[in-house]
Amino acid sequence: MGEKVFMQGNQAMTESAIRAGCKLFFGYPITPSSEVPEYYANVMETRPEEGVMFIQAETEVAAFNMVAGACATGHRAMTATSGPGFDLGQEAMSFMSAGDIPAVIVEVQRPGPGDGEILAAQGDYFSAVKGGGHGDYCNLVLAPYSVQEMCELMQESFDLAQKYCNPVVLLTDATLAKMRESVELPGYKEAPDPKTVPNALTGCKGREPHKMATCGDGAVQWEEFNARLQEKYARIAANEVRYKEYNMDDDPDIILVAYGSVARVCESAMKLAREEGIKVGMIRPISLWPFPDVAFEGKRGKKFLVVELSAGQMVQDVKLAVDDKRDVHFFGKLGGTTPSPKVVLGEIKKLL
Amino acid sequence: MKAIYEKPQVFTDAITTYCGGCGHGIVGKLIAELIDELDLRENGILVWPIGCSCLSDRYYNMDAFMSLHGRAPASATGIKRADPSKFVLCYQGDGDMVSEGMAEIMHAAIRSEKFTVIFINNAIYGMTGGQMAPTTLEGQYASTAPAGRKELNSGYPVHMAEIMGMMPGVCYSERVTITSPGAVAKCKNALRKGFQNQLDGKGLSFIEILSPCPTGWKMAPLKAMEWVDEVVSKEYPLGLIKDTTKEEN
Amino acid sequence: MNLVKINADRCKECGYCIKFCPKACLSKGDKINKRGYYAPVFDATNCIACGTCARMCPDTVLSVYKDVE
Repeated sequence: MGEKVFMQGNQAMTESAIRAGCKLFFGYPITPSSEVPEYYANVMETRPEEGVMFIQAETEVAAFNMVAGACATGHRAMTATSGPGFDLGQEAMSFMSAGDIPAVIVEVQRPGPGDGEILAAQGDYFSAVKGGGHGDYCNLVLAPYSVQEMCELMQESFDLAQKYCNPVVLLTDATLAKMRESVELPGYKEAPDPKTVPNALTGCKGREPHKMATCGDGAVQWEEFNARLQEKYARIAANEVRYKEYNMDDDPDIILVAYGSVARVCESAMKLAREEGIKVGMIRPISLWPFPDVAFEGKRGKKFLVVELSAGQMVQDVKLAVDDKRDVHFFGKLGGTTPSPKVVLGEIKKLL
Repeated sequence: MKAIYEKPQVFTDAITTYCGGCGHGIVGKLIAELIDELDLRENGILVWPIGCSCLSDRYYNMDAFMSLHGRAPASATGIKRADPSKFVLCYQGDGDMVSEGMAEIMHAAIRSEKFTVIFINNAIYGMTGGQMAPTTLEGQYASTAPAGRKELNSGYPVHMAEIMGMMPGVCYSERVTITSPGAVAKCKNALRKGFQNQLDGKGLSFIEILSPCPTGWKMAPLKAMEWVDEVVSKEYPLGLIKDTTKEEN
Repeated sequence: MNLVKINADRCKECGYCIKFCPKACLSKGDKINKRGYYAPVFDATNCIACGTCARMCPDTVLSVYKDVE
């Protein structure tokens, strides 16, 4: 581990990416993620020993495709964006998953739909987790809830992307991105030699040529191609489920379900409830895809209160995971405001 | 017997998907010859577009990347910036470059990306069945301009070699064709210059090649070749647009 | 005699080799190839092994050899 600092989420996360050997950043400024390209630009000028290459792409469409090209060479590269920009990258997300390209995409959610607002939101769950692109593909989606977790998951994203040869989306939000917290920055981790990355385009000296192509060759071949992708996703689903449980030891009847910044609020609400003698626990999904179904199995007769900064997106996956979807309740906030712990406590009390 | 011409070494045995007489076939062969001559196979990465040439990764025994439609210059940027020591070729047709990918090619030129760009201009969308391209001539038939392209509705043919020539980041821009042995030789020289500029670390090189599309133009191959000489090259004059490398030398 | 080898099954009958040969050594054959095209046939009589036919062919159908004896 590195040094302990008081640092902004976006900046700490970016420093962590650089320390994980991600020297290439291609991106387009968009609030609330612009500190990421700015940080990379700064490091390129002030810390030349890091060997960072930053390009401000003309559009997010271009940025995602630059990341695709760079990652296809076995080097680590990433982009950071928000909802509107992530939307523009959807064709590329489908393409990169199909092409086994180990790209890392940071999505700092802000309220939509449309141009929207620039505070915290969680309305891009569908587009990240279900995928806004065409065809049958999956993103590995990780959701931190603190600056510390942003840093750690940022570094892990590169390992996971290259382990599975699939894009990884680090799904965060404006609150986490802009807040400053005490964080122990991760240390430097060496990126693998590009020549050791599967199918990397490094020039074919001493080996068979590598091709990155996602074009079908008739239905039979394309079905086989898809079967191979499905097998890849099954492997990710079998191995990368992550979630955290809070206060579940005494078998509480009310279970909060939340991810990202609003999980912080729920954590506080849970404490307030406990102080009043209400037994409340919490499940915090950290992998949104693969969704931690296993965390919800066998919990009959419980009341799940899903809290999201949206009209209700993750709640659908909770309903799919539980035994009886009538056990699932929802509280959402739209527009960019975040509820206080007292408000969430009020919602908990409605279930009593 | 002394071999005067044999199949380039880098070629696989694949038969191309190109129609008989397609300009892609001739240019693809010139690229292969240059890869052999300049020894680029083991250090090169070919970036292919979406269009008739999209399956070209199958024709060359070397690393290749098949991009999304229009995005070849962006992917080539990612590849070349990740490893500047690689030789990167960016090959595009008129739909890919001038329509879907206009932003990407312009900004690759703006940033002076150090790779070689080959632009096949056949004034039509071949792969998808003959729709109008931004480079389709006024009055030229296309399936989405059945009465011929009308400038009032669809604007004016785009002159990419000239546009590229205006960009400070482009060190070399030339328009050639492949309609005769002499033209093919000139085309190869232009390609060689574009390849060598990259090996010398110079800015973006741009070679526009007027190409017959017999199927898209609904002409027999030889008639299509004539049409390039008699009609297409009147709209898009052949010749050198810009070569700043000459001044440097 | 100079030689032009023809890999007939690659031919798509564009006609370029026939048209651009300066010595009229190539002409349309009468055998349909596997793809349904008539590949050219070669008459060595006037061939100067210039290589033009091979250079104009979009499909690497032709290889050209010079008799160096």
